[in-house]
Amino acid sequence: MSEQSMIHDIGYQRYQGQRLGPRSIFGALYVHGLRAAFGLGRSAKAKIFPWIAVGLIGVIALVIAIARSQGSDDVGYADLPSIASVVVLVFLAIVAPELVSRDLRNNLLPLYFARPVSRAAYAGAKLLSVVSAIWLMMAGPQTLIFAASAFGQGDVFGELRGLLGGWLVAAVYAFVFGGLGVLIASLASRRAFAAGAIAAVFLVTLPVAGVLMSLGNKTLESLAPLASPTMLPEGVREALFPADNMPIGNYGPVYLAAGVLVPALCALQLILRYKKVSL
Amino acid sequence: MALISTRSLTKTYPGGVTALQDLTLEVEPGVIGLVGANGAGKSTMIKTLLGLLEPTSGEISVLGLNPVSDGNAVRARVGYMPEHDCLPPDMIAAEFVTHMGRMTGLPRTVARERASEALRHVGLYEERYRQIGGYSTGMKQRVKLAQALVHDPDLLLLDEPTNGLDPAGRDAMLSLIHRIGTEFGISVVVCSHLLGEVERICDSLVAIEGGRLLRAARIESMTQGIDVLAIEVSEGTAELSEALTRQGLVVQADGRALLVRLSDEDTYDLILRTVAELDLPLHRLDQRRHRVAELFAQDREAAHV
Repeated sequence: MSEQSMIHDIGYQRYQGQRLGPRSIFGALYVHGLRAAFGLGRSAKAKIFPWIAVGLIGVIALVIAIARSQGSDDVGYADLPSIASVVVLVFLAIVAPELVSRDLRNNLLPLYFARPVSRAAYAGAKLLSVVSAIWLMMAGPQTLIFAASAFGQGDVFGELRGLLGGWLVAAVYAFVFGGLGVLIASLASRRAFAAGAIAAVFLVTLPVAGVLMSLGNKTLESLAPLASPTMLPEGVREALFPADNMPIGNYGPVYLAAGVLVPALCALQLILRYKKVSL
Repeated sequence: MALISTRSLTKTYPGGVTALQDLTLEVEPGVIGLVGANGAGKSTMIKTLLGLLEPTSGEISVLGLNPVSDGNAVRARVGYMPEHDCLPPDMIAAEFVTHMGRMTGLPRTVARERASEALRHVGLYEERYRQIGGYSTGMKQRVKLAQALVHDPDLLLLDEPTNGLDPAGRDAMLSLIHRIGTEFGISVVVCSHLLGEVERICDSLVAIEGGRLLRAARIESMTQGIDVLAIEVSEGTAELSEALTRQGLVVQADGRALLVRLSDEDTYDLILRTVAELDLPLHRLDQRRHRVAELFAQDREAAHV
């Protein structure tokens, strides 16, 4: 700096430049949420839990990759979400409250809605952020498995087909888990309550569906997984790629419909919830 | 063009509570004080201006736009500072204000620059990379103001900006608001239940009570031409009061003095003549400036009659 450097108070400057429209604002809110899900741009404390979950699923992916390199074809890309579903659930219980309950707790909504951010846009951006984050935490490790397998064997196209199928299954998981998780989190302003409620809904329904399945009634056995959001995506997967993982009988279309309807209803309910929120 | 104009604006909440009733007003750009007791309808008014609440009936226009049908256009040009806490404690101030700038449509780099600038203007430049949770109440109020200012709005709506501040913090906040209104060229609506606080920095005042408009005028016009004369006589105050009332003057007792509204120059003569006729020892006769607060007090009494 030169000796003559001095501070100039240039006073207030009006802004005449570009102002982006609602679509760009939606994009900014979505990216902000996606980054926050992984603790990016946040304190070190906010990074701990998401990255522990990512690390765990990475380890699972590593084990699968090693098993496949040993010639085992029993576990494929589409198996990762169900094998790691508990980890995904933990991740959801961390991320959804982080993105949704925190804004409620800190009274941030008046600031958003006093800007060109509509209630539906806010709800939609948050939902998409969580769904994308969950999908990424499954699709990333699946890609790792692909990288390991494709280099190891050589049937690149076969592996690629498997990877794309795996991504689709991961997307089903992401939409069902994310949709329900964000909706639950949007009802609780305390992060701990929200996380507990998400865990409760996903974990309590699991044994209920299990008991219904074991009652011996064939139809009931095929339809019971619909009652559990944890099992539903696996049923959708069975309908998409039949492999006898789950006894869904002839009810494949029902599972496909549920796989679309559950996230859609969650999104709708979420928008209604934010329409009602008073400022 | 009027900054804000409303016609028979009425807002009734679903519970049946009427927060605004038949409010008609026209406000010119500048620093505007919106005063009224708690529950008078100030916050409802602000939210209606932002288009966050839909009026039950009547018309409203902000910056020439209709906040009901054109909400996003209004909200892109307005900055809002809520009354209550609205800051995430675990975020860094500069990042928070940047994010809020982006939420109003600023491109990424512009948002970052303007966030720094906004924080500098509110006096938090040095501390801008600290977490908001570690800030004092006064600093948090400044961050709230900065996030309302980041996108260079044409109108700022500040809901009780001096809430929770100590006297020095209040003065600093008020002079900052005054600077925004004058030097920055941004119109400001300041809500407050403390008239004495806002009358110092405002060009015009809007007073509401029970959702009704009490008075809306520029400050000069409020203090002009409605000065009063204070008359003090050593004895016979009651007699004088009676005599003046008979002459058609409005007389008010104020301790040992009598206050008479000064309508024109003749009032002087009339009073002097009356005192002389009654042969009372005149002690004092001087002109008093009304403080704005007293004017509102009179209006309020009138409204209750």
